[in-house]
Amino acid sequence: MQRMTDRKNVIIDGSRIVIEAMARAGADSFIGYPITPANLLYQYAAQRLPLMLPAPDEITTLQWMSGLSACGRIPVTATSFPGFALMIESINMAFMMELPMVIILVQRLGPATGTATCGAQGDIALLKGMISGGHQLPVLCPYDFNDCWNLSARAVSLSAQLRTPVVFLTSKEEMMTRKSFDLSTLDDIEPLKRSYYSGDKPYTPYKPGENLVPEFLPVTNDRWQVRLNASTHNPEGILQHSSKEALANTRRLEEKSLRNLPDYTICDLNEQKGAEILIVSYGVTAAAARDAVAVIRESGKKISMLIPKTILPVPDICYKIIDSYKRVIFAEENINGQYAKVMFGERLPGSIRIVGEIGTMVSKEQIRMEATR
Amino acid sequence: MSKILNTQALPYCKGCGHDLIAKSTAKALEDMGLDPLDVIIVTDIGCHGIIDSCLNTHTVHGLHGRSVALGAGIAFGLESPEQKIIVFIGDGGSTIGLQHILEAARLNLDMTVVVHNNMLYGMTGGQTSGLTPCGFRTSTSVSGNPWDGYDLCALAHKSGAAYTGRIAGIGDISSSLGEAFAVKGFSLVEVIEICPGYGVKFNPKRKLSEIIESSGKLPGKWENLRDPFGEVQGSKSGSLFDDLDILGSDFKSSLEKPFSLIISGSAGEGVQLAAALLSSAVVRSGLNVTQKGSYPVTVGVGFSAAELIISPDPIGYHGLDNPDVIVVTSVEGLAHCRSRIEKMTGGMLFIDSSLQSPQTGADVRSYDFRSVGARAACLYAIFIFINSTGYISGESLYRTISDGGLADKIPVDKIRELTDQWSNRG
Ligand SMILES: Cc1ncc(C[n+]2csc(CCOP(=O)(O)OP(=O)(O)O)c2C)c(N)n1
Ligand SMILES: [Mg+2]
Repeated sequence: MQRMTDRKNVIIDGSRIVIEAMARAGADSFIGYPITPANLLYQYAAQRLPLMLPAPDEITTLQWMSGLSACGRIPVTATSFPGFALMIESINMAFMMELPMVIILVQRLGPATGTATCGAQGDIALLKGMISGGHQLPVLCPYDFNDCWNLSARAVSLSAQLRTPVVFLTSKEEMMTRKSFDLSTLDDIEPLKRSYYSGDKPYTPYKPGENLVPEFLPVTNDRWQVRLNASTHNPEGILQHSSKEALANTRRLEEKSLRNLPDYTICDLNEQKGAEILIVSYGVTAAAARDAVAVIRESGKKISMLIPKTILPVPDICYKIIDSYKRVIFAEENINGQYAKVMFGERLPGSIRIVGEIGTMVSKEQIRMEATR
Repeated sequence: MSKILNTQALPYCKGCGHDLIAKSTAKALEDMGLDPLDVIIVTDIGCHGIIDSCLNTHTVHGLHGRSVALGAGIAFGLESPEQKIIVFIGDGGSTIGLQHILEAARLNLDMTVVVHNNMLYGMTGGQTSGLTPCGFRTSTSVSGNPWDGYDLCALAHKSGAAYTGRIAGIGDISSSLGEAFAVKGFSLVEVIEICPGYGVKFNPKRKLSEIIESSGKLPGKWENLRDPFGEVQGSKSGSLFDDLDILGSDFKSSLEKPFSLIISGSAGEGVQLAAALLSSAVVRSGLNVTQKGSYPVTVGVGFSAAELIISPDPIGYHGLDNPDVIVVTSVEGLAHCRSRIEKMTGGMLFIDSSLQSPQTGADVRSYDFRSVGARAACLYAIFIFINSTGYISGESLYRTISDGGLADKIPVDKIRELTDQWSNRG
């Protein structure tokens, strides 16, 4: 990949990076409903994306996005838990219809309205279980500004590649904090090139194609009939109660995100030879974890670190890495070790410790203390 | 043989109005000379929605109540204005998704909504809906619905629908439907029917015409002369990065290790602006910075604080555990930071002279920040802080202010004069 030339120091927030990256990657529509701490994303998208529509509520948001997606567009929205909760049935619909789109979830402190201006990482358990049937859609989680750039573009391309809604998971701190940053460190982004079904036989909207993903054809084409369906349906898109082929289609949805997971597994592993302790952290807390690791190593102790960026479905490689350590510390901004529990269940193995916090970011000191106990 | 329908044996109970609507829709579209793929039919969840598989048009079968919004999304994405979007929805779907109907009418999106008003929730067992007329019996109001139903047509009309019509689902209704399909903009046709399963069962002696008569919501049509929604809002601008100042390293700094600062004041004192200017000056001094805002939920009242980390090295974690300096310009700012001030075991506290400093291990310095006016108080405090610490030059901040075109909005000369005075004294 080619790099932009010259140092370009600016002061910038993550929201601007995310929208610019998504625009360059081929996102072409934004549907907005205001909510802190996602408002900057809305504001920038209104400036940048070819189509911006203000929706009257978040259910409408997701429905309009689905309609646009059915026409061959890649829509984006940004919200926080209260809005996301309203979207869930419609996200299930988009998942079932296999419509590409990106939903940016900017976490804030809950439950309910909680504290709008306070960050959190409390929605992982919800994301894991939000699709009825327990199926999973891809959730990408950036940790620094370069991630914001790369993963935003990846979210757009992945949604089209897998014909699925993708959740871009972040939090107030990453989207609203301003930081000095060198724009010249950003890679060029390849705009998405979509290919549609071009066969000369009638189109079968849910016929498994390459990697179980059906080929796409916009509902606006005048060549072949397109049927989109959110009820249990056969490959033709026709509603069925529980026929064999319809259930096979539902099973395919389960398989689709899992089988392609190696393709979109993104994580950073920083291993130190001889280390027996591993810190696992993601998103905003990963920055604290990284600083903690530096301090711990300086003190002469050995330690490794894993930053998963494909958060869900949990990539196999994460289990492999974790299994090779005697002690593993999960650091995340919630008080129940949500990601650890998503990975290992309610009853965590004895080798796993959690460092959590609410109302304020997890500090590097908290992580250091647990790691050096 | 119909072009639009692939069968005449539709999956409806004998005598159901849904059957009539489907066949009349097909006839109307054929009379208009439309090909099946010129039409996108979006169906809701309910008995009316199972028509889907009988259609040769494009079909989209979504959620209960959301079909109008889904159709609206398609209307926004349509390339050819020749394509027709038709939404089939029930009376039940119309109330759970009422907002979507009003919204599409308000925006006058080019689509037609056909409301299959059988006066109850058919698919789920004949319960009372928001369109059930007063006195009509259902499985959940066996002695008759005590309330009037919504006047859906009035609501859509008032919201701006180009065309709204109410008809009884009797005989051939294709010409009424065709009239709506031909409208450019949002049209809604409410077809009143009686559910042969539950409606007839619970109201055995009543005739559709009499029910309509006594409900007071009579057939009719209502128009608004409006152009359909056309141009979409949205962008224009090139890169979002074009709005950003590229900051050169024009100044020098003596800072050798990370340093953290909280500026804590009240909304309206320019806390965030002052912090942003300081951040720019810091970067122009060859350093890195993070600037995290902190404020209550309502913008414009209460405290406003900014947390900055300034460092010669790249900054990862941007939380502040133990700030090196706290600048407090107001009572609210003090309240917000009090516990952190009390916890300080070193560093400096710059506090407005009107305020009483809490017990702290910090070196406390008190100044009259407001002597330059409330709006510039915060910036003035920052100048004092810069002068006292010497980590970056005052010049870098003056230049940032003037390059930003703010020199005439901020009393820079006054600040300069006072700051110099203080530092001479110090
Ligand atoms: C969110 C949600 N709530 C409830 C239901 C259950 N449900 C399915 S069909 C239906 C009633 C449909 O009634 P109506 O829209 O009047 O259509 P009809 O069957 O009478 O044609 C309901 C409530 C659902 N599918 N989704
Ligand atoms: Mg009904």
